[in-house]
Amino acid sequence: MTRYILRRVWYMFITLFIIASASFFLMKMLPGSPLKADDKLTEEQKAIVLEKYGLNDPVPVQYVKYLGGLAQGDLGISFTFDSTPVTKILMDRIGPSAQLGAQALLIGSVLGILLGLVASIYRNSPIDYFATFFAVLGTSIPNFVFAGLLQYVFAVQLGWLPVALWGEFEHAILPTIALAISPLAVAARFTRTEMVEVLHSNYIITARAKGVAESGIIFKHGLRNALIPLITVMGPMAVGLMTGSMVIEQIFAIPGIGEQFVTSVVMNDYPTIMGTTLLFAFGFIGIILIIDLLYGLIDPRIRLAGGK
Amino acid sequence: MKKKLTWLLALSLVLSMFLAACSGDKETADDTKKPADDPKVEEVEQVLNFINGDTIPSMDPSMATDEYGFQFLGTIMEGLYRLDENAKVAPGIATKHEVSADGKTWTFTLREDAKWSNGDPVTAHDFVYAWQRAVNPETGSEYGPYMMGGVIKNATAVNKGEVPVDQLGVKADGDYKLVVELENATAYFESLTTFGTFLPLNQKFVEEKGDAFATSADNLLANGPFKFESWESTSQKWTLIKNADYWDAATVKLEKMNYQVVKEAQTAVDLYEEGTVDRAGLSSDLVDQYATHEDYVVTPQTSVFYFKINQTKNKALANVNIRKAISRAFDKQALVDEILNNGSIVANGLVPRDFVPTPDGKDFREVSGDLVTFDVAEAQKFWEQGLKELGVDKLTVEFLGGDSDTSKMMDQYISNQLQKNLPGLTVTLKPVPFEQRLDLDTKMDYDVQFAGWGPDFLDPYTFLNLWLTDGGNNKMGYSNPEYDKLINETATTLATDNEARFANFLAAEKILFEDAAIAPVYQKATAQLVSPKVQGVFVNPFGATYEYKWSSVGATE
Repeated sequence: MTRYILRRVWYMFITLFIIASASFFLMKMLPGSPLKADDKLTEEQKAIVLEKYGLNDPVPVQYVKYLGGLAQGDLGISFTFDSTPVTKILMDRIGPSAQLGAQALLIGSVLGILLGLVASIYRNSPIDYFATFFAVLGTSIPNFVFAGLLQYVFAVQLGWLPVALWGEFEHAILPTIALAISPLAVAARFTRTEMVEVLHSNYIITARAKGVAESGIIFKHGLRNALIPLITVMGPMAVGLMTGSMVIEQIFAIPGIGEQFVTSVVMNDYPTIMGTTLLFAFGFIGIILIIDLLYGLIDPRIRLAGGK
Repeated sequence: MKKKLTWLLALSLVLSMFLAACSGDKETADDTKKPADDPKVEEVEQVLNFINGDTIPSMDPSMATDEYGFQFLGTIMEGLYRLDENAKVAPGIATKHEVSADGKTWTFTLREDAKWSNGDPVTAHDFVYAWQRAVNPETGSEYGPYMMGGVIKNATAVNKGEVPVDQLGVKADGDYKLVVELENATAYFESLTTFGTFLPLNQKFVEEKGDAFATSADNLLANGPFKFESWESTSQKWTLIKNADYWDAATVKLEKMNYQVVKEAQTAVDLYEEGTVDRAGLSSDLVDQYATHEDYVVTPQTSVFYFKINQTKNKALANVNIRKAISRAFDKQALVDEILNNGSIVANGLVPRDFVPTPDGKDFREVSGDLVTFDVAEAQKFWEQGLKELGVDKLTVEFLGGDSDTSKMMDQYISNQLQKNLPGLTVTLKPVPFEQRLDLDTKMDYDVQFAGWGPDFLDPYTFLNLWLTDGGNNKMGYSNPEYDKLINETATTLATDNEARFANFLAAEKILFEDAAIAPVYQKATAQLVSPKVQGVFVNPFGATYEYKWSSVGATE
């Protein structure tokens, strides 16, 4: 197990290196420069400013320098925020995004699993139809539409919750619900489909014949097996949720990282683009590793290659 | 089995706790409501709550390049002068100045009671240090060389590293006299001294802070009406409070300004309606809904938008009649009314309305008049003439524009108008992100491009120097020796004769449109909801958008 994890971590670094390199060269292909007064400076003046940021060096030289900094854990200084290290920007911005994402994932997945479970148990009943309808709605309507609707109803019309901004706990409620709709719908749909299949499996029929209690059948034999495909889907979704939804952050004026990433791309803030990309990649690869380990916990039949 | 049930139960419990918290104590939510909800408090509390469109990327006067940087620099700091309600210079750190007969030497007398927020006096040395820092190539400033180059003596040479920084034409004569040497007599230099790049800096403090300078409230010094109570470069909310050390603190009525970053116009309006903020910008799609709101305010601005017509790529556009036809063939009034819908006004010239007065006190735009208007019949006459000269009966022109929804809609509208009014014209649209547009502009790789310009100082030169032959912003192959002569004279031989300068500006602007070098479209305005309690906030024609020194909170009753 330890050997497996160590090998996976090693692969993780290789993957990150490939992502960092690919992102670096792709980023260099972006049009324009990080200069903000591009249209006001002579070519000579531009060159003087670019010199300060080391952007007059040939791209391979910039690449080597960047990797050198990266090896020492230095993501560089943002071009947008004067003298501000990229690590500080990421630290400042990841908090709200991760909090919202985690809350949305928790609520969405738990409620979704419960909804899917109930729907599968009471298949072809009004409860099942409602769950299916809700799941279709949740997957087909973008979350920013829900966000606008929630904001209008609960903040503007009813005044129960703040319209937007960040700071107090109540500020997080509406964006969390808006973000939770999608994982809830996905979890409900997967759980229902898998449970319906699992509950008709031979081993379930055997268990019933042996007189195992229904709750035991559903939770111990059914849900455990039904969760495997769900975890596969929910992993990447978790990364997406925790790295911030640009639109939701914009609607609720939340100082998250999703919105910051888009801004840095628009502004050609190279160090911030790279830092954010690597953070997202790290999160994604980390989650995939966790999922692989979870498989083994949920289903002992899944053995880790090389695991002893 | 028990384990699984426990697991499920635990998750449900966590969830129900969260949901219980969601339906939380209403009192907590109410605590965040501002005291302004109580009219009695409102009368005395000098606190305003505003929205900012984005973070403030830099509060370093040498490094600031954007609207927000210059806005807050102008709020917490003060240069030689600042602008008053009528965009006239009002006393700042300087109380008066004298100009030599040749207009090249300006001697400013500084007040002796101005202090930094750490108690240090503001002296002439602070200006010398700051201006040298702005053009020092090691600083990597963009606005330093842009604003000072060609104005302050040796600024360009210092920036290129050709002469040492102490050769910059700015010297301290004792602590309270600042002597500035200019390259040429510069009529608008007085207004330049109000701009962020020309603010003073406390050398000891800046060097002590090093890289951390201007990255947070603790790493900044104020010498203006307000100072930051809380702010970091990445902050999405911050607070400004009255600066008790400001030399004219007695004039400043506002005690506090709270800012929140909100980018979504609908959210901003909802926050305004909720009473959380005192001002909210309206996007064009919200204007119809709020135009009848009692707090609806339209503020004209001094940015002008136009089409640059590149004469080098598509040879048809080198024909003056074709350019004249294009600049007259689309309905600008319908564009500002239907598409922009935010109070923007039609532009029939380059220098904006209500920007700068002529020496006899009339508005420049009014004196210069409408130089190119929407006129289909005239456009078609020029069009036929142009096609005949080119020996063709149809043309294809590419329009380069922005990729925002409004930009796309606007370009689509204009292309439809042009194709309808100019038979045989095919317009292909090319919407691209801003950075890519700049790239294509630099390479002159476009036919017609939608662009705009906001002034950097209070003089027609800020707009009219854009089109000098081979000027850094020309990038469209326009060249007219007569135009060049007229504009260059305003900065050289006529620099000290304002009447003659303005005569040249008026003549040059006429030439620009006789040549149909550009096609003006509109002058920008912003539509906002502004609480009636916000009083005495002036909108500047350039530099910091808003001036808060003379602002106050009035009763809304």
